[in-house]
Amino acid sequence: MSILLVAEHDNATLNDATRAAVSAAKAIGGDIHVLVAGSGAGDVAKAAAGLDGVAKVLHADAEVFAKPTAEALEALVVPLMANYDVLMAVASTTGKNFAPRVAAKLDVMQLSEIVAVESADTFVRPIYAGNAMMTVKSSDAKKVITVRPTTFEKVGDGGSASVETIDAPAGPFKSQFVSEELSKSDRPELTAAKIVISGGRGMQSGDNFVLLDKIADKLNAAVGASRAAVDAGYVPNDYQVGQTGKVVAPELYIAVGISGAIQHLAGMKDSKIIVAINKDEEAPIFSVADYGLVADLFKVLPELEEELTKAGL
Amino acid sequence: MKILVPVKRVIDYNVKVRVKPDQTGVDLANVKMSMNPFCEIAVEEAVRMKEKGGVDEIVVVSIGPAQAQETIRTALAMGADRGILIQTDETVEPLAVAKLLAKVVEEEAPGLVILGKQAIDDDSNQTGQMLAALLDWPQATFASEVVIDGGKASVTREIDGGLQTIAVETPAVITTDLRLNEPRYASLPNIMKAKRKPIDIKAPGDYGVDIAPRLSVVKVTEPAKREAGIKVESVAELVDKLKNKEGVI
Ligand SMILES: Cc1cc2nc3c(=O)[nH]c(=O)nc-3n(C[C@H](O)[C@H](O)[C@H](O)COP(=O)(O)OP(=O)(O)OC[C@H]3O[C@@H](n4cnc5c(N)ncnc54)[C@H](O)[C@@H]3O)c2cc1C
Ligand SMILES: Nc1ncnc2c1ncn2[C@@H]1O[C@H](COP(=O)(O)O)[C@@H](O)[C@H]1O
Repeated sequence: MSILLVAEHDNATLNDATRAAVSAAKAIGGDIHVLVAGSGAGDVAKAAAGLDGVAKVLHADAEVFAKPTAEALEALVVPLMANYDVLMAVASTTGKNFAPRVAAKLDVMQLSEIVAVESADTFVRPIYAGNAMMTVKSSDAKKVITVRPTTFEKVGDGGSASVETIDAPAGPFKSQFVSEELSKSDRPELTAAKIVISGGRGMQSGDNFVLLDKIADKLNAAVGASRAAVDAGYVPNDYQVGQTGKVVAPELYIAVGISGAIQHLAGMKDSKIIVAINKDEEAPIFSVADYGLVADLFKVLPELEEELTKAGL
Repeated sequence: MKILVPVKRVIDYNVKVRVKPDQTGVDLANVKMSMNPFCEIAVEEAVRMKEKGGVDEIVVVSIGPAQAQETIRTALAMGADRGILIQTDETVEPLAVAKLLAKVVEEEAPGLVILGKQAIDDDSNQTGQMLAALLDWPQATFASEVVIDGGKASVTREIDGGLQTIAVETPAVITTDLRLNEPRYASLPNIMKAKRKPIDIKAPGDYGVDIAPRLSVVKVTEPAKREAGIKVESVAELVDKLKNKEGVI
């Protein structure tokens, strides 16, 4: 068995989600090669070569991979798959974008966002917003898999794989990167943070998110949101936690002014400890919360900030 | 330009899903079904483009059981012009859906195909990308804004870090994200009008596509249940629990 795993990165650093994908690849077993497609991403290739369990790194360096389009990644990966049994990618917006193109070209059915590996051909994946878990067995000769990073351990360092430079496809491609508007934040990334504090429609405005920011700063937490808060324009789209947003599984998730619709729960119910702050004691969020506080958030959040200070945070 | 919009009939997003005791799937008997919300957004976008001008026809296509006609009618009531139902009671996986859609594209020659980014039943998020690959077309997935300008589309996409804008040549495949638009409710007169719009009924065999599944379901189970915990009386108590009992802060 040989596995080609596409690294998740921003050309400067290797994203930790890649480490989780390597775990999933190890569970399948076989030689694991990591593909780094980037522009000036030499450091990423080096970091990938150091991952525990990685046998080899393939490094394709080209301008088009600075912000890779699905078309360019397809052109790079499809020919490589002649030598591999499995393509694995992180279920990020990058992985979700290109992996199905590769699957279609290989004429195989993709296994989306797996959360467990049962054997080399059998996997578990959530369906219906995580309200059911489906175990599926693939009959395809080659497998294309995306991995939900929050459910796999992150491998550490300790490998010393060789890095092989490979050619990038020439193009031209029918799609082009134009621009990007990335949310800037000094806080940890939502999917990687140990603590997440999220606000919902109950926050009433984007300005009120400052109340969450202050607590996030004390706890070194990331700030997230429900769809309703994003739709209302309180916060940018990349804050959205849920079935159709980001899936998080931190040590501590604090839901503030969020009712707990199934689509929201889908994105956070695997968190270790869940705290809900809501003024409606009937809110469904309380049915998954380890600690519930029935109260007005505008009264409670300043108090929480104060108590955290008292507790030495 | 013609726009093709594939729409899927799925369990209504408000329904609480129940796993069957024999672990073969989820219980769909007597459960409310609706158009996949992302497909509604796709239909709405196509209708808005037509209202702006430059679009002559919107064709909706669904692959599914006879009842998927209702889903197509909903799209027709929102403003689409005609429908195609590729009727089957079998489960059709995204790969086979994409192959069928590729055949429909060959016949219909649309300038754009707009799909939902994800069906909320299988949560696959694959079909649009697969279709684009099969056609060798460019794709713009997870769209929150689409501007068509001559032979190009400028599409803003919702990505993990924020927003990204790409330019794609048309014909192209676009998949919709939540913020692209707010779908309209069909008015009563439009619902009546939709009853007279044509729906072609086809079978997968008419397209010569093999729809045999590649994945076999071993079992479908309930996810691990979370028990509700306790209610705390004060913020001080909460902080104490998190710090001293759970050690998470
Ligand atoms: C296709 C589809 C995909 C979706 N994907 C997602 C997704 O990925 N993520 C997601 O989150 N949602 C998603 N949704 C939306 C979801 O169904 C809910 O509409 C949404 O999660 C509700 O957000 P909310 O809890 O912030 O708002 P509401 O349901 O309006 O809840 C607001 C809560 O705030 C509380 N509140 C108000 N004021 C105060 C106060 N002063 N103090 C304390 N509490 C207060 C209220 O009691 C209430 O419980 C999706 C829906 C669809 C159809
Ligand atoms: N059976 C189907 N009939 C029509 N369109 C479909 C079907 N299945 C998927 N699609 C389209 O593909 C999108 C993504 O679905 P999926 O890849 O299954 O998550 C949906 O929003 C639809 O636009």
